[in-house]
Amino acid sequence: MNVEILARIQFAFTVAFHYIFPPLSIGLGLLLVMMEGMWIATGNPLYHNMARFWTKMFGLIFGLGVATGIVLEFEFGTNWATYSRFVGDIFGSALAAEGIFAFFLESGFLAILLFGWDKVGPKLHFFATCMVALGAHFSAVWIIVANSWQQTPAGSHLEIAGKAVAPGHLFETADLWQSRMVIDDFWGVVFNPSSMDRLGHSLVAAWLAGAFLVVSVGAFYLLRQRHVGFAAASLKFGLVLALVGSLLALVTGHDSAAGVAVNQPSKLAAMEGLWQTTAHASLHPFGWVDMTNHRTLGPAIPAGLSLLAGGRTDYQLTGLDDIAPDLRPPVQATFQFFHLMVAIGFSLIGLSLWGFWLWWRGRLADTEDLTTKWFLRLAVPSVLLPQLANQAGWFTAEIGRQPWIVWGYLRTSEGLSAVVRANQVLASLIGFGLIYMLLFALFVFLLNRKIQHGPEPLEESDALPENWIKQSRA
Amino acid sequence: MDFNLLWFVLVGVLFSGYAVLDGFDLGVGTLILGIKDDTERRLFYNAIGPVWDGNEVWLVTGGGALFAAFPAVYATVFSGFYLAFILLLFALIFRAVAIEFRSKEPWAWWRRWWDRGFFAGSTGAAMLIGVTMGNIVWGIPLDAKGEFAGSFLGLLHPYALLMGVTTVALFTMHGAIYLHLKTEGALQARVRTWINPLIITFIICYALTTLATLLYVPRMTLVLREQPALFAVVVLLVLAIANLPREIHRGRDWAAFLSSCVAMLLLMALFGLGMFPHMVYSIPEPAHSLTVYNAASSVKTLKIMTLIAAIGVPIVLTYTVTVYYIFRGKVQLGKDSY
Repeated sequence: MNVEILARIQFAFTVAFHYIFPPLSIGLGLLLVMMEGMWIATGNPLYHNMARFWTKMFGLIFGLGVATGIVLEFEFGTNWATYSRFVGDIFGSALAAEGIFAFFLESGFLAILLFGWDKVGPKLHFFATCMVALGAHFSAVWIIVANSWQQTPAGSHLEIAGKAVAPGHLFETADLWQSRMVIDDFWGVVFNPSSMDRLGHSLVAAWLAGAFLVVSVGAFYLLRQRHVGFAAASLKFGLVLALVGSLLALVTGHDSAAGVAVNQPSKLAAMEGLWQTTAHASLHPFGWVDMTNHRTLGPAIPAGLSLLAGGRTDYQLTGLDDIAPDLRPPVQATFQFFHLMVAIGFSLIGLSLWGFWLWWRGRLADTEDLTTKWFLRLAVPSVLLPQLANQAGWFTAEIGRQPWIVWGYLRTSEGLSAVVRANQVLASLIGFGLIYMLLFALFVFLLNRKIQHGPEPLEESDALPENWIKQSRA
Repeated sequence: MDFNLLWFVLVGVLFSGYAVLDGFDLGVGTLILGIKDDTERRLFYNAIGPVWDGNEVWLVTGGGALFAAFPAVYATVFSGFYLAFILLLFALIFRAVAIEFRSKEPWAWWRRWWDRGFFAGSTGAAMLIGVTMGNIVWGIPLDAKGEFAGSFLGLLHPYALLMGVTTVALFTMHGAIYLHLKTEGALQARVRTWINPLIITFIICYALTTLATLLYVPRMTLVLREQPALFAVVVLLVLAIANLPREIHRGRDWAAFLSSCVAMLLLMALFGLGMFPHMVYSIPEPAHSLTVYNAASSVKTLKIMTLIAAIGVPIVLTYTVTVYYIFRGKVQLGKDSY
């Protein structure tokens, strides 16, 4: 295999593995704020107990996020050195800002969140929890700004050998080593055409990852009749975020797709398997792309795609046939990953609404009720759904961006490190493969052990740190 | 104002912060196998428990700042040192998960293996960081486009390896002094017996490295010849190191730790002074070197980054100090401990 394929597999593998953890940190971080906030507001030790249990889970997840995250920052340089030179002026600042504004905030206050229960008072601890959650959200901001700039470059221009070139002109291959993107306007980079849509969509999708972890564990305890009070309360917190998140995911997802239609027409055509340019593009809820005959098989809603993308049934969309073959992304993969994500998104809305209905009828924790029982049985594995949707969404975004690494400027094949050989990448890929498999097995094992162990019994006298009891009585 | 110079200093400050802070974490990792008792090992882990993660962020942010301010240096060094940096990543991953997983299960075999992982990851990371520094000082072959033109094995020359060993010795000494600050009683007495041998080991390594630098890399000392006032840095460095046994002897743990931190900062300052204006020195063709000027981002980006740093750094320092203050004093095991 050549170095390009290997480098792409390595980056995809390491970033996909890493992306199991940050969404959980973002979603669970927000839930920790809600739980501890409820404790501060009501003084009910149940909420304190919940915050402590879920904080332990958070610590485990966060640790793996840190361990696997640093890999990515190195990989831009190790495997994509030409890309790094080309975009450093813009991409690098976003990464540095992420370090300064997000990672320091997260890791500094994480110490207080995890180890500070007995060292600081409840208000300061709650503040630390908020800062950790905020830091987790900030880290999403900067990396998604950077990634969105790759998708829809703005606020910058191309420079060859130190001289700006007119818009529309590209470099010759021989000049690549002395070509680079240069910043014109920082806010133009930050608010590039796709960044805010994609940031909103990624954040609510991350909330879903955390929400359904809590829903899943709560449902598991209820089915086993263990820690019932704790489980029902956790389930309700999870459901609130799940419903808000899944509805917002629909709204933000729609906005993102409408943006893709304008900014990256070839990506939208691949996402929907649209071959002919038409003003009445139809929508396939699911299907299969027939690559040889340039058509898409499956049920179609007439003019549905035009309506969704442009708000009217005669909105013209570019088909793949009008895009040069070497500028088309891999169509089948983009189409299938996108449709998988959408299907999961709708099922998460359904599951959340079902849970709310049971809650409203007062039957959420009533395991004698058959409907409840089925809901809980489905809720246990539901933790996997947002994870799958998050991965599928990013695969859509990144495969759909091909052949570009910086849209319209630099191709993925041009971004590689000139000095790195295929056998080196193969060796590191095998190393990451083995290490990550081990890490994943250990993560699942330890997570399961923590879930089986469950929260500390509420009656235990040391459920609250001593200085907290004094303060809550005062 | 020369923003290139400013960012050379700021990137240096971030990596120095990493060396000073994560340096003691890595040193603790090297020392973990020096004790056998499980409770005592847990005290070692928890001595760095609340802070190691934040300390590593200095490396991440330093890397990001290097990427942003000097993309050509970031790209050339990271791709040129490919296998070395992949190994550094493996070491850092193992160290992180060893800390995280080790005390989650009570089994002796489980803990023993994670302790070994923690030792290997920490020592390996220190060694690789040192070897990288050694190569940067020594110089590496670059072609006319500024790409690395050497091989992985070519990076493992004696000077780089000596720098690697010196870095391990430095971090281990620093870690022992940190542990002396955080432990008490019999364990502290034990740690105390390690400190003098570790200081002597470091001084021997450092003397050899200095001698080798004077003989084989004389350009690193040019700046001291041209501006003799800077010799004060060397004097202060020697005084800071000489001060270590004195403060330990007097039982002033904090002063000893600060002295160790100051010594590391001065070492990094000497490194920066010797390198400037080069960031990657090219041998045998110095004209291909990457400097703070030919490898830098646009002035506009450097200005934007300066603004980001001016806003961010004071905030970061405030809560870093706050966290260290909250977790001051001797380490104790509680139910939230590792």
